[in-house]
Amino acid sequence: MSHTPSTDMITPKLKMLTIINMLKKGMRSTGRGLLDFRPIEVVLGYVPNADGSALVRLGNTVVVAGVKLEIGSPYPDTPNEGALVVSAEFMPTASPTFEPGPPDENAIELARVVDRALRELKAIDLSKLAIIPGRKAWVVYVDIYVLDHDGNLVDASSIASLAALMSTYLPKVEVDEAGNIRVDRSSKVSPLPLNHKVVTVTVSKVENVLFVDPDLEEENMAETKLIVAVSDDGRIAGLQKSGSGGLTESEILAAIDIAIKVGNDLINLITSKTLKQN
Amino acid sequence: MEKPRLIREDGLRHDGRRPNELRPIKISVGVLNKASGSALVEYGATKILAAVHGPREIPLRHLLLPDRAIIRCRYHMLTFSTHERKSPAPSRREIELSKVIRESLEPVVMTEMFPRTAIDIFIEVINADGGTRTASVTAASLALADAGIPMRDIVVGVAVGKVNNVLVLDIDEVEDMFGEADMPVAVAPSLGMITLLQLNGVLTRDEFVEALKLALEGANQIYRLAREALRNSYLKVRVEE
Amino acid sequence: METQEPRRVLVVPGEAIVEGDYKISTPNFIIKVGSKYIATVVGLAQVNEESKELSLIPLEGCYVPQVDDLVIGYVMDVGVTSWEVDIRAPFTATLYAVDFLGRPVNPAREDLGDYLAVGDTILAKVEVFERNRGPILTTKGKGLGKIVHGTVVEISPVKVARVIGRKGSMHQLLEGETGCEVIVARNGRILVRCPNKELEEIVIMAILKIEREAHIPGLTDRVKEFIIREKVKRGLIGGETKTD
Repeated sequence: MSHTPSTDMITPKLKMLTIINMLKKGMRSTGRGLLDFRPIEVVLGYVPNADGSALVRLGNTVVVAGVKLEIGSPYPDTPNEGALVVSAEFMPTASPTFEPGPPDENAIELARVVDRALRELKAIDLSKLAIIPGRKAWVVYVDIYVLDHDGNLVDASSIASLAALMSTYLPKVEVDEAGNIRVDRSSKVSPLPLNHKVVTVTVSKVENVLFVDPDLEEENMAETKLIVAVSDDGRIAGLQKSGSGGLTESEILAAIDIAIKVGNDLINLITSKTLKQN
Repeated sequence: MEKPRLIREDGLRHDGRRPNELRPIKISVGVLNKASGSALVEYGATKILAAVHGPREIPLRHLLLPDRAIIRCRYHMLTFSTHERKSPAPSRREIELSKVIRESLEPVVMTEMFPRTAIDIFIEVINADGGTRTASVTAASLALADAGIPMRDIVVGVAVGKVNNVLVLDIDEVEDMFGEADMPVAVAPSLGMITLLQLNGVLTRDEFVEALKLALEGANQIYRLAREALRNSYLKVRVEE
Repeated sequence: METQEPRRVLVVPGEAIVEGDYKISTPNFIIKVGSKYIATVVGLAQVNEESKELSLIPLEGCYVPQVDDLVIGYVMDVGVTSWEVDIRAPFTATLYAVDFLGRPVNPAREDLGDYLAVGDTILAKVEVFERNRGPILTTKGKGLGKIVHGTVVEISPVKVARVIGRKGSMHQLLEGETGCEVIVARNGRILVRCPNKELEEIVIMAILKIEREAHIPGLTDRVKEFIIREKVKRGLIGGETKTD
C-alpha cells in the first residue's frame, strides 16, 4: 500500500525559507541558475564484468547502471525481437533512510519511468537482437543502483542507463546446426544497436518557481515535480508527475519547454563524454 | 488478440466513437455499508470500486504525521479482471499506480484536519478495459467525498491516446494495446490543477499540447457527471410514507 | 420584524457557493479561493444575504470532538491509571481514573477493570481536546458515568443536529410522543430508556427515519405523524390519527 511519506528528514523552517527566497530570485545555493544542472561526471566501463556500465556523479548524487545481456525466449507477441528489462534499487549506502530489502515504490517508479522512455522511443533496436528467430533472443537487463543520494535520482539514473547502453557491445554468438548457441564474451563484435538517445529532465516546483536538478534539500521542499523524458530528436518520450502536489496547465507547458531544451544539452554532453571514452 | 482497424474510414474509432467522445460513464456513490465512503465507477467496460476507511488511528504509529493525516492507497486488480488471469501477488505496475493515484489525491484532501490519523483508500479493479487508473482516481475522490472528508475539489481522471496518428479521448484496452501513446491525466477542475500526468508513448510538443487540451475537456465532462452522481446520492432519498 | 430565511443549497466539494464577502461560521467546510467561497464537503450550504453569513451543514463525516461535547463511549482498554475509550472519533479518547473515581488510584492495589471493564458504556463530556493529543473525557457532572440500562442507537454524527432540532424541538417531540428518555450524544450515539419495548422500537425507528430524511424539509411533522401511526398500529393509542 502506498502511503504519504513520513518526514524522515526535517529541514529547519529557517533554512527552507532561505532556499525558497533564493529560488524566487532565480538563485541557488551553489551559485547555479534555475535551469543549470550540477557538474556531471560519467565513468564508462566502471564495472568490467558488466556488458556495459556507467558510473554517474551528478553533484554529490552517485548512481551506477550496468547492462547484462542474456539469452532468453522472446515474448510471444514479438517473436523476432529481443527484450528489455529495467530495474532499480536504492542502496542503504545512499541514505540513512534507505532500508535494505525489495525495491520500494520510489525505486519501482524510477525503474518504470526509465524503462518506458527507452521502450516507447524504441531507443534500443530490439529487432536486431534475435538470435534464433522465434526461439532465442538477447534480453537486455539494465540494472540501476543508487549509491549516494543527494537529490534528482531519476535524471542521474536515466543518464547512467543511457551511458551504460551506449557502451554496451554484443558478444560473439555462434549457432550450430543443432541449434546450440555458443557465446564468446571475450570478443565483442558490435555495439548494442540504438535508434535513439533519451534522458529524463525532472522539473521541480516550489511555490511558482520551476527549476531542474534539485539537490536533496531542494528536493525535500519541492511540492511536486514533472519528469519529462526527452528524445534526441526533441520529442517527449514519457511523462510522470511525481510528488504530492499539482501543476497548472501553464506550469506543465513551461516545464516541458524547459525539459526539451535542457534535455537536448544533456544528450549532447553525454554523447561527447561517451565518445571520448569508448 | 488481432489488431483491429483503430480509426475507420469514416474517421470513427473501432467501437464507433468520435475521437473526442467518452465511453458511457456510470457513477454510483455510497455503494458499500461498512466503509466510511465508497463509489462504483464505470468507464465503458472498465469497472472500479473504491472504498475509504477513516480517518482513523492505525497500529503502525511510526507512519503517522504530527501535523496532518497520512493517506494510504492501494490500487489492486482482481485476478479475473483481465483477459489473462492476473497473479494475486502485487505487481510493480500496481505498486506504481497506487503511488501516482495517492499523489493525485493528496493535493485536494484537507489532511491538516486530522493529525496523527490515516485515511485509507482501497481501489479494486473489477473489470479492466483501459483507463483503470483514471477511473480509479474518479472513484477514489468520490469515495472520499462520500466519507465526508473535507476536500478542496473533486479529482477526476481520463486518459488520452494516440492511435493511428489521431488523438483520441478515453482510450479502451484495444486502443491502449495497439495505439502509439497513452496519456492518463487527473484534474481538480475548480482549482485548475493537474494532479496526475503520465505519458506512455512518444509525442511531439504540439501533439502534447493538443492531447492535454483534449484530456481537460473530457475531464470537465466527467466532473459534471461526478458532481451530479454525488448530489443524486442524497436527492434520491425519498420520504417514506 | 421577520428575519429573512437563509437560502439553502445542496453542494459538493469544489463547488462555488457564493462570491463576495461573507462571515463563515463553519471554517472547516468552506474555503475561499479568490473571491469565491468553495464547499469542501457534501452538505447544505446556508447563505444569509442579509447578515452576510455563510455556513455549511455536512451530510457525511466522522465525529470530530469539541470541548464540552456530550459523548457516549465504549471502553476499549483498561490501563494502569486510565481507560481508553472509543467515541467514534478518529482519535481514541482517554478517561483518567482520578476523574472517574474522584480520588487518586493506587495501581499496586487496585485494578481499574473492577470499575470499568472492556465493553462498558459511559456517558461523558469532552474536557480537553487539541488535535495533537487525543481527547480527554470527564464523567464529573450530573447523569455522567457508567450507563447500566437503556439502549444505544447509532446514527451518523453529522445528523445529530437534526435529532435535536431547532431549539431542541425534535428532541422534545421524540420524548413527548413516546415517553422515553432520549439522551443525544454529539458523537451520533443516542441513549434511549423507554417505559416498554414497543415504545423503544418506535423511538428507534423514528430516530433512524430522522437520519435518513435529515435533508428533506418538513421533517418534524413527518416524524410526529410517524410516531402516532406506529402507536396506533401497536394499539398503544386508539382510533384515528388526529392532525390539527
